Amino acid sequence: MTWDEIWPLLRQGTVETLQMTVWATMITAVAGVLLGLALVVTDRRGLAPLPAVHHLLGLVVNVGRSIPFIILLVALLPLTRALVGTTIGTTAAIVPLAISAIPFYARLVETSLREVDPGVVDAAHAMGASRVQIAGKVLLREARPGLLAGLTVTFVALIGYSAMAGAIGGGGLGDIAIRYGYQRFENSVMVAVVAVIVVLVQIVQLLGDRLVRRLSHR
Amino acid sequence: MIQIEKLRKTYRGRGRELTAVDGVDLSVREGEIFGVLGRSGAGKSTLLRCVNLLERPDEGRIEVAGRDLLALSGGELRAARQGIGMIHQHFGLLSSRTVAGNVAFPLEVMGVPRAERAARVDELLDLVGLTEHAGAYPAQISGGQKQRVGIARALAGRPKVLLSDEATSALDPETTASILALLRDLRDRLGLTVLLITHEMDVVKRICDSAAIMRDGRVVESGTVRELLLRPGSELARDLFPLPAADVRPGTTVVDVTFEGDAADRPFVSSLARTYAIDVNILGGAVEEVGGTRIGRLRIELPGDPDLNAAQLAHLREAGLTVEVHPSPGTEVAA
Ligand SMILES: Nc1ncnc2c1ncn2[C@@H]1O[C@H](COP(=O)(O)OP(=O)(O)OP(=O)(O)O)[C@@H](O)[C@H]1O
Ligand SMILES: [Mg+2]
Repeated sequence: MTWDEIWPLLRQGTVETLQMTVWATMITAVAGVLLGLALVVTDRRGLAPLPAVHHLLGLVVNVGRSIPFIILLVALLPLTRALVGTTIGTTAAIVPLAISAIPFYARLVETSLREVDPGVVDAAHAMGASRVQIAGKVLLREARPGLLAGLTVTFVALIGYSAMAGAIGGGGLGDIAIRYGYQRFENSVMVAVVAVIVVLVQIVQLLGDRLVRRLSHR
Repeated sequence: MIQIEKLRKTYRGRGRELTAVDGVDLSVREGEIFGVLGRSGAGKSTLLRCVNLLERPDEGRIEVAGRDLLALSGGELRAARQGIGMIHQHFGLLSSRTVAGNVAFPLEVMGVPRAERAARVDELLDLVGLTEHAGAYPAQISGGQKQRVGIARALAGRPKVLLSDEATSALDPETTASILALLRDLRDRLGLTVLLITHEMDVVKRICDSAAIMRDGRVVESGTVRELLLRPGSELARDLFPLPAADVRPGTTVVDVTFEGDAADRPFVSSLARTYAIDVNILGGAVEEVGGTRIGRLRIELPGDPDLNAAQLAHLREAGLTVEVHPSPGTEVAA
């Protein structure tokens, strides 16, 4: 294949990959923060101790994390159809991507929130802050650099997972690598795709790190 | 200002029970600085955290500024806490906010409008001398400055009461001195009542009007610092004036004499020696400035067993001195 033929493929693949991963990351950010916060808050020593809820959420997260993505992709087909009306295409791929990333990110969120200095939470209680104020103005705010670093890791992982979304016609760079590079032995396409993915990951990580550094005042 | 009655707090966990505060009565008067001393694990922090109900006691009564805290609902308690400032050993500052942002935090919690907040933050930073560092983050300032932020933040709600748990324990002696001076100055200017916990005798000596000593969850001694120092057998006096372990030789009487104010200026040792024509040995001693008066302690040795020195001891007591006789080997304890 000539460069003129490869170029439009790459452009389209990159756009599709970004569509899938950016949307999935945004959904994961919201849901993961809520789930991670719920895990921390309902803990035995949390702001609103609810051990039963805590254990249930923990179980859901662990189950979600142990299912291999490729199986999740197939298992979620009915849900995907219910949510977006179709099971093929870029939009349809966002559903399994987000659902596999949410429990993963929720654990990262949980870890970041647990790292918030308990002395600060204590001080906020002593000031008469409500639990909602403590969750928002202390826990989430203090953990912001960690939350963002975790989201960067999640974004990068999603770029990797999105390659498998080609299996359900999700498109994207991974799909091109398989269809042209692997099935038609077009090594030049394969190399170009891998190069684009590497650059993409670099950019995401770099931007993430930079933002984390700006938010962190420790 | 703070009334604590029959306070008891037991921690329970996995079949173990630990009564950290075991029936404490304490009364802190308005405008005084009250120090609580005691070994590690004595229950000091638990006691202090009960005063704003960060820990809920199992029994007892807590009254702050005339309000029975245990009778308050959740919302009322949060409002009451806004009127009780607290400063912490490790400062408890938000690392994600600037100095000004940290001081503004309790104002946000209280729902003070933005415009008012800025003016109040400036006022508070001025009060603790941190105006220049308003835009710095906690990681960029020194420990002493962090504690000043902690103090400014604690004063945001114009509290009448300030609680302090080892506020100077993480600071060097010089910084400690400046923080203590600031606390005393704020007490004088704002009429604060301060309840503080410390393990440093120096803190008590410098700023406390009253003190209590805790051991195993109980208060074993309490009163004004002056009273405690003059009380025979007081632990506070022993810790404040550390004298070497008494080595009483047979046939002698070893006496600790505590004196204050003008008594310190009268030469009681030479008067004793002259009146009874005896040799008085001085074994050790110290004089400290406490709460504006000089209080001192002297360990002297008189010839003869204690029962032979009754007149001499009476002579010292008549001079207005507090006298403590060390038991000597083979002799019954004489008071
Ligand atoms: N949250 C808790 N759960 C269980 N036990 C506790 C808890 N907090 C304190 N204790 C125990 O209660 C006792 C009193 O603790 P406290 O912190 O009040 O002592 P302290 O006098 O402040 O000691 P220190 O000088 O070391 O700060 C200790 O034996 C401690 O281990
Ligand atoms: Mg303590």
